[in-house]
Amino acid sequence: MSDFITTTIPKFTSVFSAIFVFFAVLAILFAIAGRVNGKKARPIALTLFLGPALILLLAGLIIPAVRTIAFSFMNPDSNGWVGLANYTWMLHDPNVKVIMINTTLWIIVVPLFTAALALLLAVMLDRIKHESIPKSLLFMPMAISFVGASIIFKFVYEYRREGEVQIGLLSAIVEFFGSTPQNWMLSKPLNTFLLMIIYIWTQMGFGMVILSAAIKAVPADIVEASALDGAGGWRLFRNITFPMVKSTFIVVLATGVVGALKVFDIVRTMTGGNFGTNVLANEMYSQVFVQFNQGKGSALAVVLFLLVTPILVYNIRTLRKERTIS
Amino acid sequence: MSARLANHTPGRKIFSSRLAALVVWTITIIWTVPTLGLLVTSFKTDKDILGQPWWSSLLHPHFTLENYAKVFLGNDTQSLNSGVLPYFINSIVITLPATIFPIVIATMAAYALAWIRFRGSEFLFFSIFALQVVPLQMSLVPLLLLFTGGAHIGSVTIFPALGIAGDFAGIWLPHTMFALPLAIYLLHNFIASLPRDLMEAAHVDGANHFKVFRMIVLPLAIPGIAALSIFQFLWVWNDLLIALTFASGTEEVAPINSKLASLVGQYGSGYTQLSAGAFITIAVPLIVFFSLQRYFVRGLLAGSVKS
Repeated sequence: MSDFITTTIPKFTSVFSAIFVFFAVLAILFAIAGRVNGKKARPIALTLFLGPALILLLAGLIIPAVRTIAFSFMNPDSNGWVGLANYTWMLHDPNVKVIMINTTLWIIVVPLFTAALALLLAVMLDRIKHESIPKSLLFMPMAISFVGASIIFKFVYEYRREGEVQIGLLSAIVEFFGSTPQNWMLSKPLNTFLLMIIYIWTQMGFGMVILSAAIKAVPADIVEASALDGAGGWRLFRNITFPMVKSTFIVVLATGVVGALKVFDIVRTMTGGNFGTNVLANEMYSQVFVQFNQGKGSALAVVLFLLVTPILVYNIRTLRKERTIS
Repeated sequence: MSARLANHTPGRKIFSSRLAALVVWTITIIWTVPTLGLLVTSFKTDKDILGQPWWSSLLHPHFTLENYAKVFLGNDTQSLNSGVLPYFINSIVITLPATIFPIVIATMAAYALAWIRFRGSEFLFFSIFALQVVPLQMSLVPLLLLFTGGAHIGSVTIFPALGIAGDFAGIWLPHTMFALPLAIYLLHNFIASLPRDLMEAAHVDGANHFKVFRMIVLPLAIPGIAALSIFQFLWVWNDLLIALTFASGTEEVAPINSKLASLVGQYGSGYTQLSAGAFITIAVPLIVFFSLQRYFVRGLLAGSVKS
């Protein structure tokens, strides 16, 4: 215990001194620069306000991204050029083929399922009393990390040998219906879908909340007018509600695609990418930090970047039109 | 508003509201049960966890805090030598600066881009905005090399090794860097919409940019800053990739989320305590969620592009 105290106090000292120094430096710079008047005042203010951000962006994002692109054409230790070898490897390696198939499955199944369920719930929520309680509970998993969510589902997917008591919910349900439970994480290709459920479980709430907001924003008089015209139920939804929330729906889909492309924590925590569940982002991490091959790892990062960019560009453009933080 | 519509516009009834309630509540229960299962499991004894499923334990309650004591303080030498408490502390130590630093730096940059006139400001803003598309994976390796080896052109060292790899600063810094594009973009939207008259009046009264920033912009930008802070806090607390890459996984610096990820592979008694460990980890964001729900939703919606 005393050990713990002697290691913990310095940690907090370092936190508070770091925060203190950070603000002290800012205060001193502000005080000094604030005294400058005349022609130099504006450039100095500009440097102080913008400088730190620009330096960090340059050192943390721009230069590293350029270097990663360069590394993707180099050998494992990044000290010699290999041309396109790291990319042609992807085309021919059977493991990468599995990864690409899985990643494709992820980016099709996850967004469609997430967005459809989110839309269904958003529409239903609009129709019930006390909607805030189910809404909170459905949204809650978004606060939980992918690692936390994986552990929650590790218990759901738990499998015991035949004859033992099944303590996992999934196995128990399967047994209840008279079927034989199996070691879920080892059964291909079911395991990949079981991993997807974890992702959908955490992310569905996001789509539900923004779609719910979009549905509430449909002007009441339009709905009333078409109701007077005799539209009701499904027709109203298809002709009025859905067209008006369509752009939000597409944003939810696109967000799902990007998230599914980058999925890493769940796969790493649940299977480590084994048993045929590997995906792009996990392979990128293993290439660099397990295989120590910076060349292949960087090439995978570049592929990820190229796949993510067009979707994010679309997403950001649409979101920019629709809302600002307020 | 929805109540009014429900009463007066029968046409809005796509599904009758009873069916809607049934569907919503069924899905809500399905959605909540896994978390409930973890919570119940975490209060069971080692023997019980393996002996009977958690839902039957609800009928024969026999609960204990044993797992929490073991996981926190680590008197169980088999699996968790030191407990997760040091890692929990590390998470706090990582999260506070990694939330404060980027938000402050981004607020300053956003102010400059919105209210200090200079040539190329629009181009600069757009470039920062566009950086949002660069995934983390593009930066990991070179940034780690910068921390461990410095930067060189040929044999000329233009930047010495920072020596912060495996140090808290080595985790704060990447989090700060990666948070900036989104934070600057969102805060810029917020700050640029502040009333122009207010800024001009302050300048006429002789206030310089520093004074305007402190006295006018900061107080008025608080709602935006708060929403973004919550998002950033959760992002850092729940992060795994940056923690794995930049924290060495040791008790000295690794956050609880990465410790938990490494515990998952262990079965036996470590497995029974996993439930308590997991609940400790998710408790913090859940508390944030339930106490600051309005800000939380706003922050998440604003930050959705990042995830």
